[in-house]
Amino acid sequence: MKKIVILGAGTGGTIMANKLRKALDKGEAEITIVDRDKTHYYQPGLLFIPFGIYNRDDVIKPKADFIPPGVKLVFKSIEKIEPSENRVLLEGGQVLNYDYLIIATGTNIDIDETPGMNGELWGKRIFDFYTIEGATALREFFRDWEGGNMVVNVAEYPIKCPVAPLEFTFLADSYFTEAGIRDKVNISYVTPLSGAFTKPKASKMLGELLVEKNINVIPEFSLESVDNEKRVIRSYDEREVPFDVLTIIPTNKGSALVEKSGMGDDLNFIPTDKYTLRSKNYENIFVLGDASDIPTSKAGSVVHFASDVVFDNLMSLMEGRPMKAKFDGHSNCYIETGFGKGSIIDFNYDTEPLPGTFPLPGIGPFGLLQNTKMNHYGKVLFRWLYWHIILKDKELPIESQMTMAGKKL
Amino acid sequence: MAQKTIAGHSVNLTDEGYLEDHTQWNSEIAKEIAREEGIELTDKHFQVLEFLRKKFEEGTELTIRKVGKSGIADIKELYRLFPGGPLKKSSRIAGIPKPTSCV
Repeated sequence: MKKIVILGAGTGGTIMANKLRKALDKGEAEITIVDRDKTHYYQPGLLFIPFGIYNRDDVIKPKADFIPPGVKLVFKSIEKIEPSENRVLLEGGQVLNYDYLIIATGTNIDIDETPGMNGELWGKRIFDFYTIEGATALREFFRDWEGGNMVVNVAEYPIKCPVAPLEFTFLADSYFTEAGIRDKVNISYVTPLSGAFTKPKASKMLGELLVEKNINVIPEFSLESVDNEKRVIRSYDEREVPFDVLTIIPTNKGSALVEKSGMGDDLNFIPTDKYTLRSKNYENIFVLGDASDIPTSKAGSVVHFASDVVFDNLMSLMEGRPMKAKFDGHSNCYIETGFGKGSIIDFNYDTEPLPGTFPLPGIGPFGLLQNTKMNHYGKVLFRWLYWHIILKDKELPIESQMTMAGKKL
Repeated sequence: MAQKTIAGHSVNLTDEGYLEDHTQWNSEIAKEIAREEGIELTDKHFQVLEFLRKKFEEGTELTIRKVGKSGIADIKELYRLFPGGPLKKSSRIAGIPKPTSCV
């Protein structure tokens, strides 16, 4: 009887628990999944909370609802992984031994990484929207706000869901327009990148949208500190951008558990083979999703596609066969652009986002790198898909490998 | 790709002006590229360049954060040494490929 332990019951861990339980008889493997929190957040939904489109109840469900029977679910803090001993230490001295370990502990924001961020204005005029607390606090702030300088800033990359800050900016433009105060709100998008996004074609399309919506883009801005007194953010090369409200995407880091276990890089991301998704240092450990250091987006779609590869390779490893599944870095992101429209990008390690149709070549219904109402409906429907299909690993008409069919070079 | 003579040495450059082959690099070339970027190289600059080249040869992905923790110069100082894009400029001067954009 093999012991498989999954750390983290978020998107990746939950999908893996469902895949593995379906594939393996109870006599073959004991599967345990550990998480410290009982609530599953539909993370793409957090973006909508500041604008009153979703509220808290729209984005939460109990984690336990998505873990299949026959998988042991443990709600405890993880103290440490001891990879050379093949065991995990939990709070209260509990020890979990494993034959195979899947680490899916994700990434979180760290507001103490930048001087002044976690200062007196935090939660009052400086907010994040990557946590339920941040998103709901922003909702309260925007309700009564009468206008001024709104700054959206990404402190540094990589971040979870790299399109989210842009979506937030587009939705803010839409929200303040509908509230009738857009002329009183000066919106600036301040980024360390040289343009709107990380990939050239998408950057151009999104950059043009920002211009169209009268949003100032301030590129090449590497955040050094937040000045609470002067209400400015300051870059390393000593530029300042004033704000009345600052929505910030703080430095993203892997779990502190990774650091304690001595398994991460300088941002606590775990060195992982970008094709097999196995840890570079330990043969019986796979790393799924945001916790890894693979060079693709930290996003739910990536986790979903990558889970097929982790599953196949783990099965091969257990049966003593060579690992053949190879991840291509496939990422697929809906991008809300405001006023009931949206865009979609689909890309992998080697192919940047291209225009075209998705998922059916020539038909769609979604338009890649286009700004359409249909794309927005896709995002709206996606929440249902997430809860009912994706987490439970049911069939979807989308391949985990990216396809060139339907794309235009 | 284009061939160009820098400081009397014939080298291959990418469209963005990065050396195609980091082994073609030497300190004369570095000084010449730095001048194009408006930078006069000091010992401190060379310490950073050596660090970058060493890390590149070891196969490490470089980020400004990693260079800032090298003990040679913190991020603020890197901005002073290589104004307006420390990692991109220092990589070019160090003769190593342009840092991969984040995802």
